[in-house]
Amino acid sequence: MSNNTVKTDTAASGIGPVEGDSLYSVDNPAPVIEPPRQRTKKTPRSTRGNFELYAWLFMRLSGVVLVVLVIGHLVVQLVLDGGVQKIGFAFVAGRWASPFWQVWDLLMLWLAMLHGTIGLRTIINDYAERANTRVWLKGLLYTATVFTILLGTLVIFTFDPNIR
Amino acid sequence: MWSWVAHRVTGVLIFFFLFVHVLDTALVRVSPEAYDEVVATYKTPLVALLEYGLVAAILFHALNGLRVIAVDFWSKGTRYQKQMLWAVVGVWVVLMIGALYPVLGHAAAEVFGS
Ligand code: HEM
Ligand code: HEM
Repeated sequence: MSNNTVKTDTAASGIGPVEGDSLYSVDNPAPVIEPPRQRTKKTPRSTRGNFELYAWLFMRLSGVVLVVLVIGHLVVQLVLDGGVQKIGFAFVAGRWASPFWQVWDLLMLWLAMLHGTIGLRTIINDYAERANTRVWLKGLLYTATVFTILLGTLVIFTFDPNIR
Repeated sequence: MWSWVAHRVTGVLIFFFLFVHVLDTALVRVSPEAYDEVVATYKTPLVALLEYGLVAAILFHALNGLRVIAVDFWSKGTRYQKQMLWAVVGVWVVLMIGALYPVLGHAAAEVFGS
């Protein structure tokens, strides 16, 4: 089989009968394909930050820490010392008398809320197809997140065992 | 594929629970009576069943989350992802059996009498 005849026969369609056989030569050069997202004078640098990368990393790092915090919390609340039956104002007062459990709960609050919020943001981006819907759902989500984190933090810091 | 759907669904469930949970805990700033009244509902048999469901969701999300992390960061993670999924299911079943008595024991005693 002669390569020469193949080239001249099919050069117009750009498809050769033999895989890996180059169709192009000095006389018949391949078309130039411009690199996507090429930097120009108008867009000299990347215009986006690395937010998505950091969000991805945060999901994994916070996940590892949350395993300890949340499962420890569940063991304390549901398993030890009579399970859920023991919980009441006096029980909470006893626990938040210790800075250790205050820091534990504070860290759990912040990490779980941020982890859950970033997770829900991904889900909204996946399913809400209209740009407007996305903006509104995420606005609602971030409002709920800020509110919950502030309220939870305030409750831990201002807890008063002698409220009555 | 199904594990990805389950991871999503459990993640959303836990998030909504956490939102309500911070609100109910905030009642300690209102009055001891208000807090104790709401927490009393947590001790009823029906809600105990919901708590068991919450434990199921968290344990699956946590174990499968660790598997996702292993697939992403461990050089052999992708090769063993199937085996790790079975490990997740196995550990989950064992832990759920272990949680039966602590979480549902009181409710069972209340419903069936003892
Ligand atoms: C049914 C299971 C649960 C029970 C009975 C329970 C019970 C409690 C109680 C009594 C407190 C008061 C403070 C303390 O004792 O540490 C508390 C606080 C807290 N719990 Fe839970 N919990 C449960 C599940 C969870 C889960 C699954 C999460 C995380 C996703 C969580 C996150 C928190 C946070 C962040 C606080 C601090 C709230 C604040 O800052 O006001 N809890 N929980
Ligand atoms: C107990 C320890 C936890 C671990 C190890 C963990 C791990 C993970 C990981 C690795 C992801 C990323 C999945 C991916 O990118 O494909 C993820 C997603 C997610 N997590 Fe968690 N997580 C934990 C607790 C929580 C809690 C407490 C919440 C709720 C407040 C939550 C809500 C979510 C949501 C909504 C997603 C997004 C799901 C998706 O995009 O499909 N997780 N989790």
